[in-house]
Order: sequence, then C-alpha cells, then structure tokens
Amino acid sequence: MGDRRITNHPILQFSEGEIIHFTFDGKPMEGREGDTIASALHANGVKVLGYHFMTKRPRGFYCAIGNCSSCLMIVNGKSNVRTCTAPLKSGMIVETQYDRGVPDDV
Amino acid sequence: MMYEIDLAVIGGGPAGLMAANTAAEAGAKVLLLERDGHLGGQLVKQTHKFFGSEEQHASMRGNDISTMLGDRLGSFGERVTVWKSATVIGFYEDGVITIDHNGIYKKVKPMRVVVATGASEKFLSFPNNDLPGIYGAGAVQTMMNVYGIRPGQRVLMIGAGNIGLIVSYQLLQAGVSVAAIVEGLPHIGGYAVHASKVRRAGVPILTSHTIVRADGAESVESATIAEIDRGWNVIQRTMKTIACDVICISVGLTPLAELLWQAGCKMRYIPSLGGSVPLRNDCLETTVKGVFIAGDVSGIEEASAAMVEGRLAGLEAAASLGFKSERYCEERNDCMEQLAALRSGPTAEKIRSGLACAECR
Repeated sequence: MGDRRITNHPILQFSEGEIIHFTFDGKPMEGREGDTIASALHANGVKVLGYHFMTKRPRGFYCAIGNCSSCLMIVNGKSNVRTCTAPLKSGMIVETQYDRGVPDDV
Repeated sequence: MMYEIDLAVIGGGPAGLMAANTAAEAGAKVLLLERDGHLGGQLVKQTHKFFGSEEQHASMRGNDISTMLGDRLGSFGERVTVWKSATVIGFYEDGVITIDHNGIYKKVKPMRVVVATGASEKFLSFPNNDLPGIYGAGAVQTMMNVYGIRPGQRVLMIGAGNIGLIVSYQLLQAGVSVAAIVEGLPHIGGYAVHASKVRRAGVPILTSHTIVRADGAESVESATIAEIDRGWNVIQRTMKTIACDVICISVGLTPLAELLWQAGCKMRYIPSLGGSVPLRNDCLETTVKGVFIAGDVSGIEEASAAMVEGRLAGLEAAASLGFKSERYCEERNDCMEQLAALRSGPTAEKIRSGLACAECR
C-alpha cells in the first residue's frame, strides 16, 4: 500500500526518509523517518488501531494532534500510547488495544 | 526544584510563538512550552497562502510562517528557553504550573503566563460516527501535509466553512477525490475564493444538506446524506448513499481552555466564540492577575488574528513586568488596529458580538 504516500505534490516536497522497521500485531511493517506510529500504520493501510473496551467497536484516530485519545495502542508493552503523536522508532512492537490498558509503573 | 522565570508561554502555535517573540524582544526572559515535538502548532499543516496585510505575513504559507517565527526565537539566545514535548498538566491557584517534559515531571513558577493552547475540533452526532475513517478535517490535513499520507481514496467533507473548503482543495492537490462537501446551513460559511476553487475542480457543495449515517464493517464504506428543511429536519425522499472511505468532519472548533479553568479564571459560555472562554480586558489579561490569553483559546478565529493577539499578549505581559520599550504605545496601537481590521466586515459580526460578551473591567 505504498501508494498512500504522496510523492507528487504541487506545493510540498516530502523527502524519502529512511525506512524504519516495526511490527503491528506481529506482522513486520515499514514506516519512514518522520512518521508517527499512526501515520506509518495508515500508510500500510491500517485504519483500526483499537477496540472500545466496553462496546468492542473498532477505533481509528480522529484528531491526529494528540487531543482526543481515539488512537490509543499498546507500544512496546505500554498501553494507552497516543499513536497519532508518538514518533515511530525502529523495532517498535505495536499492538491493537482491546481494553482499558494497564497504568504505567510510577 | 522550582524553576523561576519572567514569562511562561503555554503553546507554541501562531499565538504562542508571537507572544514569546514579542516578550523576548521587550527584554523578558521567556519559557515556551510546546506539547508536540516541534513548534508551529497548526501552522505547520497550513500550506495555503495567508490573506490580510503584510504585517500579518499575507501571501506567505502557514508552514513557512511557522519556520520563520521559530527561527526568530532562536535569535534571542539565552533569553528564550523552549521546551518541546512538554505538556502542561496542571495550573495551580498559587501560580505554579506543572509539566510533563519528555516523561520528567517539572514545576515552574512564572511571574506571568500567556495561555495560547489553541482549540480542538468539534464532533458531530450521527449513527456509526465512531467508525475508523471518520476523521477531523484538521486530522486529514495533518496526515497529508505533515506526514505526506493520503487519508483514503474518496472523501465526503462535512462542513463548508473555511477549513472544510481549504482541506477539500488540499485533498485534491494530494490526489484524493472529494465526492461532495455537505453543509447544513443554506449558504457556504467560508470565503467565496476558497469555494470557487473547489467548485472549479468539479466538487459539488451541497448546502441545506446533512449526513444521516455512516456505514461500513470495520471502517467507513459509505455515507448517507439528505437535504434538510428550514427546521433542520431530514427530507426523507432526498436521502442518498455515497460511496466513500473517509468522512471528514469540519464543523468548527472549541477552545482548549482546561488550564484556564484550573487557574481559576472567570469563564463564560459564548457559542459564537466556540464554547467557554475566559473573560479578559483590553490587554488580554484574564480575571486572574498575570494570566494572559491569545489565539483560539480566547475565542475561535483564525491564525492571522491569533498572531496579532499573541503579539499583544506578549507585549502586555512584558510591559506589566517593566519591560517596556519606547515603542510600546505605538506597538500596542498597531495591534489594536490590526485586530479591528481583521474583525471588520459583515462575516466577522459573530466574532465582534462574541468578544463584546467576553470583555471585563
């Protein structure tokens, strides 16, 4: 689904950032330097990021700027990560979140 | 450890960047706090050319204005500190603000604060409105213009205000098709120049229409729209289903005012300004002494007004600490004149009457 990336634009130029490898629910995927977790997933055609803890209805991002918490996922074992603003990093283990998640160790 | 500073500016968007620049210029030591990993707020995705006068950076694109203002901040050296990835999580009544800075908890006690936290997108109620593929128009703009990713193949835009019109045009620029723009009002809310551009590209703008429902298994596959009568009731026989994989919601913004509530500012619900806003005087100071506001958090307008408000708030916050250049009066008058000009004309009547309700003292 590489065609989701814009290569031809009348105003903007998107540099082909370095490829970043990560996994989503065990599947290997590729993102680009500069991606957030959610933008990399979207580029791979993944729209469903989690399921509502009670209704089990699918959830995607809504605001993409860190306000609405619709994009929460489990990243490297940590739940409730706002994937729309969290930068993608090499080797990240990204998983669909189905429940309320577990609070951070303080 | 408590960090002490002349002025903390919360939010590094157009208003906050101008406030920080102006206060630093006057001589104040400034700490700029930005939740995101980069400065600019929503300017970074605004690839259209701005209107207005030269002072308001007309004909520059938002993303270029953002870079310019960020670079200017760097010219003040040690007088300006910028913390990125710094989310303000508390504003206490003794003036202490608490911050999550890259996972580290910090406390700051500034002499003055400019709150420039901006706004968030409103939502719309209809069956299946939680399906993935239903995105805020700003979110789609971020995906495309910041990350270079198409949100989908065929978009239905809800709302023909300026954001709805501009994002529709930018979707076309990114090679995405726009099925239609649906607007509940009997007229287009945004500027005619933006509406003409999308119409010329063949996108229908359906006024007096609404979205009835969305459908799809795991994500959006179609939307049902219909005409509405003067009482906003759906006219059943006009219902039709449109195939689309994205529904973009562009029905306005609401101020992100939580910190002002926490600080104890007197607030008032003013629908024409987008929601609850703080009362303020003509220096943009709230009812809590030393707490100033600028940009969308003070009432929804647009980036040009936000920048002028930021400049005014930065000027006044610095002046109240004694950092007052000989050009203070001139600068203040200039801000006032620019704001009056931006808020002139019949389309700004809503904003003028809203702001009149938000004045205090």
